[in-house]
Amino acid sequence: MGKWTRRAVLSAGVVGGTGLMVGVSVRPGNPTETAGHLVAGEGESLLHIFLKIDSDNRATAILPHSEMGQGAQTALTQMLAEELDADWNLIQFVEAPAEAAFANYAFGRGYLFKGVEFPDAIVPTVDGLVMKLADSMGMQVTGGSMSIRATGQYCVRAAGASVREMLVKTAAKGWGVPAREIRTEKSKLYHDKSGRSAAYAEFAAAAAQITPSSTPRLKKTSEFSVMGQSKQRLDIPSKVDGTAIFAMDVKRPGMLYAAVRRSPVFGGSLRRIDDREARAMNGVIDVVTLPGSFAEGLVGAYSASDSVAVVADSYWKAEKALNALEIEWNNQGNDTVSSSSIFEQFDRDIAAATDRQTDVALGNANAAFEDARMVLTADYRVPYLAHSCMEPPNATAEVSLDRAEIWIGCQNPLGFRQHIAAQLGMDVESVTLHNHFMGGGFGRKSNADYGVQAALIAQAVGRPVQLVYSRQEDIRQDFYRPAVQSRFKAGLDNSGKLVAWHNTYVDKRDPVEAPLIPYAVATQDIGHVASPTHVPFGAWRSVDHSQHGFFTESFVDEVAHAAGKDPYEYRAEMLKDNPRLLAVLKRVAAEANWGSPLDPGRGRGISLQESFGSVVGQVIEVTVSGGKTWVDRVVAVIDAGFAVTPDGVKAQVESGIIYGLTAAMYGDITIQNGAVAQSSFADYDAIRMHDAPVIETHIINSGADIGGAGEPGTPGVAPALANAIFDATGKRIRTLPVMNADLRTDSESSPSVAALTR
Amino acid sequence: MTTFTLNGEIRSVDTDPETPALWVIREQLDLTGTKFGCGMAQCGACTIHVDGRAQRSCITPIASLEGTIVTTIEGLKSADGSLHALQQAWIDQQVPQCGYCQSGQLMSAAALLAVNPNPTDADIDSAMRGNICRCGMYGRIRSAIKQVAGASFYDAMEGSQNG
Repeated sequence: MGKWTRRAVLSAGVVGGTGLMVGVSVRPGNPTETAGHLVAGEGESLLHIFLKIDSDNRATAILPHSEMGQGAQTALTQMLAEELDADWNLIQFVEAPAEAAFANYAFGRGYLFKGVEFPDAIVPTVDGLVMKLADSMGMQVTGGSMSIRATGQYCVRAAGASVREMLVKTAAKGWGVPAREIRTEKSKLYHDKSGRSAAYAEFAAAAAQITPSSTPRLKKTSEFSVMGQSKQRLDIPSKVDGTAIFAMDVKRPGMLYAAVRRSPVFGGSLRRIDDREARAMNGVIDVVTLPGSFAEGLVGAYSASDSVAVVADSYWKAEKALNALEIEWNNQGNDTVSSSSIFEQFDRDIAAATDRQTDVALGNANAAFEDARMVLTADYRVPYLAHSCMEPPNATAEVSLDRAEIWIGCQNPLGFRQHIAAQLGMDVESVTLHNHFMGGGFGRKSNADYGVQAALIAQAVGRPVQLVYSRQEDIRQDFYRPAVQSRFKAGLDNSGKLVAWHNTYVDKRDPVEAPLIPYAVATQDIGHVASPTHVPFGAWRSVDHSQHGFFTESFVDEVAHAAGKDPYEYRAEMLKDNPRLLAVLKRVAAEANWGSPLDPGRGRGISLQESFGSVVGQVIEVTVSGGKTWVDRVVAVIDAGFAVTPDGVKAQVESGIIYGLTAAMYGDITIQNGAVAQSSFADYDAIRMHDAPVIETHIINSGADIGGAGEPGTPGVAPALANAIFDATGKRIRTLPVMNADLRTDSESSPSVAALTR
Repeated sequence: MTTFTLNGEIRSVDTDPETPALWVIREQLDLTGTKFGCGMAQCGACTIHVDGRAQRSCITPIASLEGTIVTTIEGLKSADGSLHALQQAWIDQQVPQCGYCQSGQLMSAAALLAVNPNPTDADIDSAMRGNICRCGMYGRIRSAIKQVAGASFYDAMEGSQNG
């Protein structure tokens, strides 16, 4: 199969027009026949691929998304309950099984055609195509901040509404009354004229014989009573008493444990191994060499090098024996690469601009630069970053001659199942995959490499095996947020107005709009050059927005200061024609009391970023003293269109901010001799309790299309922080992380003071 | 053979005395609420109580537990099954996201409040700085600890008035 990319699909001939979106549709046909056996137990009626009702009148949402902390499953259950008119006390959720019937076409549609509204007539064609893609690629992805805005909006609400219609229709027939006289409330049907009422369960089995409508009537925002409420997360009680089951908590009879080491130099292959000492160690069962693996696909494509695993009767013994192995790798010439050689390469490739591809060409930027009163240039850089999920990658596998069973926490269960089957040389149908809560995902767990390793090890030893990555392996064998460099040039006219914007950066990935700016700048030339490295990369919370948000929002700040303008006012001036962004910017400035005086040594910075359908403004306050930066306060405003569960949205923004702050302050994966130099939280630390700022989050329900929440909080952190540091110190951070910058004042860096403050 | 009290029950295990308690608790005693995060006492996910004090089980040799009283997250509830005040506060403040670090966070917070029912922000910082939460729920954790500390403070006041 050729390589699918978003752009390839878009240019393949399905072109969406614009029009009123009525087609909130669902997989056609009756779900009972295709998927009933997979999810419906005794006394349960599967009325829709996403919904079953049992004889006790309890409704269960069957959701094609995994839980890695984001809480989307509770919000999706709210969306279902809203349209179903379900009693919140009679509804629960389960994660959909990794079966083709539950491929998530809504993700595909949201990913491929986000923001495109189709006329009613072509909706079935578009849906049919996307559904085919979702099926063939095993798409069951959680990522892209898509769960609510795609699955929720396109599918889950329609599921609730169509099942409500089916129940009403069935009750009308049973009672011999017109359907329009029946109302629904809290999981019950009422015919007020005759005084009759019944629980949904009474008509569920009969209603399940009807094929769900693709285009049921959905409620208007003014009719919501469950959506928009801060419901408590349904998974939280199990996460405070140790009963939540993560993949690593799975235990199979006779299970062994494995520790693994992949070629530290990316792309390396195994040359020679001496495992005599390891094999002689107490509890060691086997030493298994594993070939590299790879996967293609629209999401989760990766390539991983050879690795070696030790299998023992306890994980600790396996890990100890792993360290006793003597392994020689063939490094394929990559062992001379370092972070500095990579950035030198970026520098050269940007300067050469060979085959520069253009994202935006607006007006005549060259002429504007010639006429400009002032021209500013700056280079910005960010390093590689690991995800460092609290739960390291792990998977449990049982593999016989013709069947495999996998227990794992991942962001794409169906896709993982396909990749694992392919690497085992089995049909997909021979592989069963059980997905569990993830102890963090952030994009890392959309790459199936760790599941493949577990399966291959279990196949080799013929017993159930749980593979666990050490923290060192986790940090050294990630699919990293790519290092990027961006070279800017800005032209200002006599009044200080920004009239020309030029940007060349390395390596375009996703989302395509990440390097763009929302400001009204008359001439723009934004483009990129290819500068590939041997370091594996993947999706990292907010993907390219995390790098480009830092670049563009910092450089705009530089321009404002060069123009002698207030950075907030300067942005606002350029957003006159963009009321949604301007409203967020104004609100965050007001909430943060922008412009009020701060003590010496303190500073305030602002940023604005639109990503994943949401707009986030941030103001950060810092104190810089003795060269050390303290982040005191973060004020954030998010416009996600409509917050389905406001406290959940706030929690996601708080989380995205801390994740972004960890990266901005400390995040630095460096390459030495072709491999990652860091190996633990000692040299790859995270924000902790004592350095976590106060975060104040405010929500705007603008009524725009619902946007994401999991990622949009992250991109604006680094620029607001760097802008605040500039405000406090006059020093501009153009390379992250902040911890590497010398922020001492001249007197602080004098030898005598430096000795005191060290 | 190492014998200790685990969540109120006397348990004996026969294993390499150097084995970290984390792996014995998870693999042999089947209590999986205590989590593996780093194996080097850098993240706090594996925190348990040993004689009432917070300890990182990933670097605690099992032999060192001989004769001690050990509590894991599964033992934090009261004997009657009701939630520890902190567990309830964790729900009230909607603290967990992925939830993986929360056993360790709760055990560190419970050990703090046991000896210091009214901690200052600085006390909370120093007791909790060994516990990483990659979902970044530090503000909510702090609020939950304060919720319980505030309640104990109130209860104490009420008690003194009644007395």
